[in-house]
Parts: sequence; C-alpha cells; structure tokens
Amino acid sequence: MTEARLHNVLATAPRPGRISGLSAALAFGWRGMLKIKHVPEQLMDVTLTPVLFVLMFTYLFGGAVAGSTADYLDYILPGILVMSVLFTTVYSGVSLNTDLTKGVVDRFRSLPIWRPAPLVGALLGDSLRYLVGGTVIVVLGVALGYRPGAGVGGVILALALVIVFAFGLSWVFMTLGLLFRSPNAVMNAGFTGIFPLTFLSNVFVDPETLPGPLKAFVDVNPVSILTSASRGLMEGKAESAHIAVVLGTAVLLTAVFAPLTTRLYRTRA
Amino acid sequence: MSFEQPRGLSSMSQSTLAIEASGLVKSFGDTRAVDGVDLAVRAGAVYGVLGPNGAGKTTTIRMLSTLLRPDAGSARVLGRDIVTEADDVRGLVSLTGQMASVDEELTGRENLVLLGRLLGLKWRAAKDRAADLLDAFGLGDAAGRLVKHYSGGMRRRLDIAASIVVTREVMFLDEPTTGLDPRSRNQVWDIVRALAGEGTTILLCTQYLDEADQLADGIAVIDHGRVIAEGTPSQLKASIGSGALHVRLLDPDQRPKAEQLLARELSTVVLEPDPAALSAQCADGNRAAEAVAELSRAGVGVASFSLGQPSLDEVFLALTGRPAEDQTEQAEIAEEERA
Repeated sequence: MTEARLHNVLATAPRPGRISGLSAALAFGWRGMLKIKHVPEQLMDVTLTPVLFVLMFTYLFGGAVAGSTADYLDYILPGILVMSVLFTTVYSGVSLNTDLTKGVVDRFRSLPIWRPAPLVGALLGDSLRYLVGGTVIVVLGVALGYRPGAGVGGVILALALVIVFAFGLSWVFMTLGLLFRSPNAVMNAGFTGIFPLTFLSNVFVDPETLPGPLKAFVDVNPVSILTSASRGLMEGKAESAHIAVVLGTAVLLTAVFAPLTTRLYRTRA
Repeated sequence: MSFEQPRGLSSMSQSTLAIEASGLVKSFGDTRAVDGVDLAVRAGAVYGVLGPNGAGKTTTIRMLSTLLRPDAGSARVLGRDIVTEADDVRGLVSLTGQMASVDEELTGRENLVLLGRLLGLKWRAAKDRAADLLDAFGLGDAAGRLVKHYSGGMRRRLDIAASIVVTREVMFLDEPTTGLDPRSRNQVWDIVRALAGEGTTILLCTQYLDEADQLADGIAVIDHGRVIAEGTPSQLKASIGSGALHVRLLDPDQRPKAEQLLARELSTVVLEPDPAALSAQCADGNRAAEAVAELSRAGVGVASFSLGQPSLDEVFLALTGRPAEDQTEQAEIAEEERA
C-alpha cells in the first residue's frame, strides 16, 4: 500500500450518473447468482427434495390413487412442479432475514438507487433457483415416462407461469422475512402457511372425491388453479380463465407486498 | 469550548458547512440513544465524534446517512435535508459501518464491482476501478478470495475501498480501527489522511482519543446521546491536562499503596483493568519522574512507567467526573425490545 497509489485512486475516482432501477435490480440479481456460484450446495434443496417428492409420491401412492404409477405420474408431475417451486419461495424470506443480520445491508440502503432494487434483484436470483428446481422435475418426469401432450413448448410455458406466480408469492415471504426475528421463525411461519395451501389443493388428488366444504376450499385455492393451468399448458388444453387468475393473483400479491416489503426494508433498523 | 480550526482552506469554503445538525433525537423504547445532538462540520474537515460504546455515535451516523429517521431535530448534509431530501443525501455520502459493510459471501473483487455497478459505472469501468482499488489498498492478492476468509484489517480496508469506488463529498466512518492490530490501524489512518488530503469531509466516530487526535481537526465528545464538549484536539487535551502517567507494578498487591502515593504526589488516580496497572493525571514530566521516584523510595516495585496521552477514560473523568462507562447495554437492550 503506497501513498502514491493511494492518492492516484483517490484522485481518479469517477463521478458517474445514477444507475437505472432495472440495471440496479439486475446487479443485485448478479449478486444472487454469485452466491449460488460460491456455495452450489444451496441448490440441493431445490433439486434433491423435488426428486424425492416425485419418486415417493409416484411409486408410493400411484397404484392406490390412480390405479397405475404411469397414470399417476401424468397427473402428479405438473402438481409436484408447482409444489416444489412454491416451497422454494419460503427461502426467499429466509435468506432476506439472514441478509439483514449483515452489515452490508446498511451499505445497500445508503446507496442512491431505486429503493426496491435489492429485493427485486434477490428475487431475480431466486427465480434462477426456481428454474433449476422446475427443470430437474420435468427432466426426471420424462425419464420416468412422462410425455407432455404439448411438448417442450407447453412445458416451457407451464414453467414460466409457475415462476411468475412464485415471484408474486415470494413477496409475501420477504415481508415475513423482515417482520420475524430469526431465519428459523421465518421458515416455520412460511411452511405453516405453504403446507396446507399445497396439500389442500388438486396437486395430489382429484378434488371430486373430497367432502363438500373441503372441495369448496380446494376449488378456490390459487395453488389448485395454478396446478390446473400448468397441467393444461403441458397438455395443450389450458383454460385461459385459469391463466388469467394465476397472473392476476401474482400481480395482486406483488402490488400489495412489494411496496410493503420495500418500506420495511428501508425502515427496519 | 469554541470550535474554530481552519485547515488551509480558502475563507469562502471555511464558511461552508458540510454537515449541520441541530437537536437530533432518536429513542429506542424508553432509551434516548441520541438526545439532542448539534454538530457543525466544515466542508473538507475531518471531524471526530468521541465517546464510549453506546453513547449514541452510531445512531447519529445512521441518522445522518439516512438509515434512521430522527424523532426530532433536523440535519443537512451539504445543504440537503436528511429526511425530505434523503435520496439526494445518499448521492453525496458514503458509509463505512461499524459492522463491516461488505458482503462476506462474495470475493473482494466482486464486492467492489457490484458497488461500482450500483453507483452507476458500466461493467467494464466497474471492473477496472475494482482492480485499481484492490491494488492500491494492498488487496490485489486476495481479490479472488471470499471476504469471510479475510482478516479484520483486510476487511476494514476493503470496506473503506468500497466507500470510495466513486467520488463522495462526505464520508462517515464508524469506528474504523476498533479491533484492529496496530499495523492495520496505521494503514487505515494513512488512508483516512489521504482521503482528507483530497478534500473529502469525514465524520469519524471513535472510542480512542489518540485516533481523534491523530486524524481530526475538531472533536465532539458525546456521552449518553449528548455532546458534552467540543473543540480542537489541543483545546480538548488542554482542558484535561497534558497527559497521564501510566505505571505498571511488579506486584499487584501493592496497588493500593501506589494509588495512595500517586494521589498525594499528582492528582486523580485511575485504576486500570490490568490489576497491576494504574495511571494518574499529570501536567509535566518532572513531576511524573518525582512521583515514580517516590514510589521506588516507598518500596513499591515498578515494572514500567510511561507518560502518555490521556485515554478516553481520563477525558471522561475530566469532563464528567466519572470514567467512560460502556453504555451499550441499556441502548442495545432497548433496541432489542423494540424489534
């Protein structure tokens, strides 16, 4: 460390203009990807768990629920795709909570950037995890004999729809991530919410067999509608009403929880 | 105490205040962490805020850097209000927080590239700037290592490098050398001096009088959220005596006897955390030498002695009549409860 070099870097400090909101969010997305690059083990939860789900549910319940494992795989695969990605959204809140305990958040908050950029960027990084998890499930499904009627195009559309919904839902868990005091508390609260939502849906069983009140809940559960839409897209017979409800829910969740999260991120000491 | 310390700047810029705060208040629960702080820092000055843990230094800095909204009072940074023009303020300041404000899960290089990008540089320029800074701060070899594997000194240097990725008019440094070994501390001091040489206004929070004395043009002493004294380092030192005699005894059991003798020969005696050490305020070297001679005549074995700068404890003793106590607990408990 020489004085001349020190003076040189100080004297040559640039004075750039401000970065756009989108570029700032993308830079934070890059940060998210770097973290995955440095600790690739963290992708285990988005790859290993879904693989277990697919194998367990297909071979354990397939015969009993649908008569054959092959038929059940056709039914359950889009559902497991939905479930696995939605489970992953809880981690967005957990990792935000972990981030808050670090001093670097202070620096981010003292930067002249679009206020939601760190959060939007973190979600962009998380979306990559959703994509990895979703792809693993589809590839495994195909290996086990799943043949989507709408081919690769349908699968890509279904995956995109699930990720858009997950983006909206993540804001809810980010809000929890800022309200709760420990990563564990966020995880518990998150899964307490996401478990009933995914299991009380049409992910695993056809709701026709359910008792009245339960069926009524399952029919309006957004996870059911998302699952129906994904099934439809993968089979090439999606109902536009389902897709509209899914996109509408994602927009609504984002509209309510993104500003709330941004506000909490700014004001929480 | 008056505050007046031109630092070779033109008379025009002397009248310009980079930071002006009046009556800043911030409470956490029942605790008033900051209880009416006034500050006036000239553009281009290095201004030290001196106080023990929990005295309100960090809370003050967090308000000035727009991370916390004051409950009462107001402050302007280069004329911009920290509440109503917070976004403008963020474009003018940089913060080096007490917890290292760098991302431990990224490498040193990635940290600086990310910040360069966020501060408006293109990717290419951000990479070049990061490389220049890492070289100048002696971190070139560690550029590709994750920051969590850095030593405390390296982390601090990276932290300061992160604050000067782009030009900033005002820098907030929160205890930049706490926990560092003497060599790393000197490196940080060199950086701060170089920054000051470039005309950056620096607000430096510290627990160490010698740090404020080495670096700052003006010092505010803060205690329980209030400024209790303000002035140049020399004014401050003059008000508390030129220094202190530090004595280390061969036998800790003889400390009461030594305390008695020094209290008679000099003035107020402070017992140090080391059970064999004590110090006494002392105006001149001859009297200190006599006091030491008196100790050895009385049969008190002296292992070592030195005439040194007054410590923060002595500053506080002189200003408030009691030593600097760690005030963290109450403030932190209050903050915990609030969360």
